[in-house]
Amino acid sequence: MYAIIDCNSFFASCERAFNPELIDKPLAILSNNDGCVIARSSEAKALGIPMGAPLFKYKEIITEKNIQIRSSNYSLYGDMSERVMKLLETFSPDVEVYSIDEAFLKLPKTDDYQKVGHTIKNYIYQCTGIPVSVGIAHTKALSKAANNIAKKFPEKTNGYYVIDTEAKRLKLLKWLPIKDIWGIGRGNTQRLQNKGVYTAYEFTKLTDDWVKRNMSIVGLRLKKDLEGEPTIQLEDELQNKKAIATTRSFEFTFSDKENMKERIATFASRCSEKLRMQECSCNVIMVYLKSDRNKRTESQYRASRVLTLPYATNSTLTINQFAQKALNEIFKPGIKYKRAGVILMGLIKTNALQLDLFQNEDPKHLKLMSAMDTLNEKYRGRKIKMANQDLQRTWKMRQAHLSPEYTTKFSDIITLNCHTI
Amino acid sequence: MKVETNDNIASIQKVKQGNIYLEFVDEGISAGFPSPADDFKNKRISLDEELVKDKNTTYYARVSGESMIGAGLDNNDLLVIDKSITPKDGKIAVCYVDGEFTVKRLKITKECVFLMPENDNYKPIKVTKDKQLLIWGIVTYVIKKL
Repeated sequence: MYAIIDCNSFFASCERAFNPELIDKPLAILSNNDGCVIARSSEAKALGIPMGAPLFKYKEIITEKNIQIRSSNYSLYGDMSERVMKLLETFSPDVEVYSIDEAFLKLPKTDDYQKVGHTIKNYIYQCTGIPVSVGIAHTKALSKAANNIAKKFPEKTNGYYVIDTEAKRLKLLKWLPIKDIWGIGRGNTQRLQNKGVYTAYEFTKLTDDWVKRNMSIVGLRLKKDLEGEPTIQLEDELQNKKAIATTRSFEFTFSDKENMKERIATFASRCSEKLRMQECSCNVIMVYLKSDRNKRTESQYRASRVLTLPYATNSTLTINQFAQKALNEIFKPGIKYKRAGVILMGLIKTNALQLDLFQNEDPKHLKLMSAMDTLNEKYRGRKIKMANQDLQRTWKMRQAHLSPEYTTKFSDIITLNCHTI
Repeated sequence: MKVETNDNIASIQKVKQGNIYLEFVDEGISAGFPSPADDFKNKRISLDEELVKDKNTTYYARVSGESMIGAGLDNNDLLVIDKSITPKDGKIAVCYVDGEFTVKRLKITKECVFLMPENDNYKPIKVTKDKQLLIWGIVTYVIKKL
């Protein structure tokens, strides 16, 4: 069985974990430089604050409805994300970090998956203060759909939902609109709706042949997964609006640092390309390494490091530089590495951030990257590569509503009032 | 012969003709007993290891004030807090009550919960229905600067 664990309103929940006053209050998190809203609590959503809302346009409603605002505190979010992901390893050795606030687990066999869902939810909340939704099913795509149910009906499901019978699977598919199928994309949704397909159930009734022809092998695998046949494995990478990842298992294990540096550079460069293809920039980068857990006799090691970038970027140069820095911090000699990855998070649309160009990076990077992408596309394969470069310039961001770095700075830890009470 | 170490395994390899030299090795090749100290090196005492059972559930906070001096929690002390521990009667807990974080000893009775100060100048807080209490974490260690 697979489980997906998804943190509810993750950024808002991180703020609330250290400032319980904010629980149940409408809360919006702002982008770098406090330009626009990048995350909202459900209460703020209900008050009509849209994603990406420019702050200046919504000043009035924010004051009027007493909506709390915070600058993005990526040091806090990154650390809390690491905690959640590490805690999830208590439940399964197979954890796939899917984004800053989501992870897939391959669950060990048990006869009570309800209990597993319940325990995961409670344990993560107790240890981090972050509420999560859990979906459990035979396949990844179904677990994702189960998670939708848990999220949509928190009272009824208590935050976790298990699909363990055929009846439940069919009921779910008939309820699930095409557009909410995991990784289906806007183009496919449109195509399917034109064909009169509106629910996941109707999608699974199409012939394999039609799906393969019109939606490629990826679409077919999705169909199989929804039919309850595990087809999408934990290693697969599917794109998601919150994170871009390039992760690989190696054919052979190796311990050589130079080799690993090269791998990480390649992953970073691949991720950056994907980022530019989606016209996005990222704020956070995560690098992780893993030994081969099937070789019990070897020393086991897994580590990850999350770094907050000084400004949002999609430059391969900058991203690689930070990826190498993260690698340096976690690389342990003598370990036989089997798997590694680079994950970019805190994504925002690049056109939204060009407004404050002078606060970002060297504008030359933009041109350079676009030239690099064009050449690489033209000559297939990546002909233009990076050499190590030092081009670090950091700028002070505008963060007028920044909360303390409760878990990453001693001077910022919470204070306990023992004066008046 | 050339002797070299590769990771922790000492290996002896043939070297090219006429090129005989020895390299310094700090372990692995020994005529007698291996040094009994070898097994213990690199294990320097770490407060993190001693005080932090699980770093993913451990948080820190600072005391401000004197309502808990009887329990050894003085003004400005640093507290190690483990959120994974289940709150129980008699434990010292970081609590969020009336819009503020504080630290108190828990007294859990059948009827209700009391937050007990350890200083005669302070009164216990009775957690009634109209008071919202969040037990945030359990204190496991106190660190003081002298």
